[in-house]
Amino acid sequence: MKPIIRVENLTHTYGENTPFCRSAVKDVNMEIMEGEFLGVIGHTGSGKSTLIQHLNGLLRPTSGRILLGDRDIWEDPKKIRDVRFRVGLVFQYPEYQLFEETVYKDVAFGPKNMGLDEKEIDRRVRAALAFSGLGEELLEKSPFDLSGGQKRRVAIAGVIAMEPEVLILDEPSAGLDPAGRRSLLENIRAYHREKGTTVVMVSHSMDEVAENVDRIVVLANAGVVMSGTPHEVFSRARELMDVGLNVPQVTQVAMELKRQGVDIDPAVYTVADLRAGLATLKGGRR
Amino acid sequence: MLKDITLGQYFPGNSLAHRLDPRTKLILTVLYIVILFCAKGFVSYGVVALLLLTGVKVSGVAPRALVRGLKPILFIICFTAVLNLFYTPGEALASFWIFTITKEGLVTAFFMVLRITMLIMGTFLLTYTTSPIALTDGLETLLGPLKRVKVPVHELSMIMSIALRFIPTLIEETDKIMSAQKARGADFESGNLLQRARALVPILVPLFISAFRRADELAVAMECRCYHGGEGRTKLHVLRYQLRDYLVLAAYGAVLAAVLILARFGL
Repeated sequence: MKPIIRVENLTHTYGENTPFCRSAVKDVNMEIMEGEFLGVIGHTGSGKSTLIQHLNGLLRPTSGRILLGDRDIWEDPKKIRDVRFRVGLVFQYPEYQLFEETVYKDVAFGPKNMGLDEKEIDRRVRAALAFSGLGEELLEKSPFDLSGGQKRRVAIAGVIAMEPEVLILDEPSAGLDPAGRRSLLENIRAYHREKGTTVVMVSHSMDEVAENVDRIVVLANAGVVMSGTPHEVFSRARELMDVGLNVPQVTQVAMELKRQGVDIDPAVYTVADLRAGLATLKGGRR
Repeated sequence: MLKDITLGQYFPGNSLAHRLDPRTKLILTVLYIVILFCAKGFVSYGVVALLLLTGVKVSGVAPRALVRGLKPILFIICFTAVLNLFYTPGEALASFWIFTITKEGLVTAFFMVLRITMLIMGTFLLTYTTSPIALTDGLETLLGPLKRVKVPVHELSMIMSIALRFIPTLIEETDKIMSAQKARGADFESGNLLQRARALVPILVPLFISAFRRADELAVAMECRCYHGGEGRTKLHVLRYQLRDYLVLAAYGAVLAAVLILARFGL
């Protein structure tokens, strides 16, 4: 796999040359591989949101650069809009950014800005709504008449409709109930599976990340402290806790079992893995 | 970035001007305006200028900041100057085509410019040294007697403080919405005036909706804490006049008297 986005020595300082100057990200290096499902985790204030706003050129690095494909995205600042079409960013609580009279028009906002023709826009809007799990009967409704969860899906569809090469979601499930959370994540997984696009999900819920992603990048104190597969990352539970994060609940159970003398891999991170681990154990004893 | 805009020009500090009771400062500002409008000649304007200089010195506000405050009204100042210069009848100094500059016109224009400049600077001194909260508090107490004639003084000052409180919140919100719409390719920087105005719709609609939502939530939160208007409500920080307030007020009174006397003699 080759990287689609490379972050090189990225530093971003807010309020430069003022007494309030503060680096939100400091000397960050990371790669996002083509087609992967990447999880970015970090505690509040670890620089997650600042980092992802650099990936589509909403923020300009104080120093360092962002490469999309092989090109620096700030090579030609006039073309930064094209970068935003290629790297779709869904903000936290995106439902607060809906503004059109109908769901259809709102989802079509992005594609329209891309200058596509009516037919293509129509195709994309319908496809995007399907991916985010909304029925066609909502198309002509006002987005403000929908439920909170539905609004969120409309907002996500608005970004998916641009058919970006990389889809970045900042805490997509924040504030949803467990059922809404599960089904939204299922939709995102399905989108990743079927379209094969790169998806980056920012979260601070370990369980959510553990169950969905191929690879994890851990941010703390404005920098990357770890990256690797969920198994690699969650086997370093102590370090995670040191930076104010935790491991998934299943991992905590496995760690406690291990501590009490059960011979089991403490770095399991899904219920299925733990069950499998326990089953072999049981079989072994018998 | 929008966040960099500072609203209300309060400069925190601990000078005498900062420590004065906000009510005193409001009264002083009114007195200052009265004095300024009573001034007639060079001597009395000189006295007012001295008063202003003392105020600036005492408050420790950078004179540059005061001058910067004049920028938005530069047009009005020029306009007044030109109008007075050409339309005051009297002894002609120079004339060309239909325009005549008179000696009286020159003097009036000069005084008018001086008057507006000092008016703005003097009132800025108030907002530079008084926090918005203290200002509304002082205003509410000062206008208290108007409650007798059914003016909703408390409610008005509450509206003012809430508005001030939410300005930074709404600015932050605007920033966030703008970023989100930019992420969907919204373009706020190019196009003609009409296109630019239309580009604001995706910002304004969500902003209004969120403002209404916040208002609603705030109303519920206030009701949950049994807010029922000003009646019977006591204050955590009760304003009390100190000796310094009386002294400064007396000094201003003396200046007013002096200027009145000077003006009487046409100075």
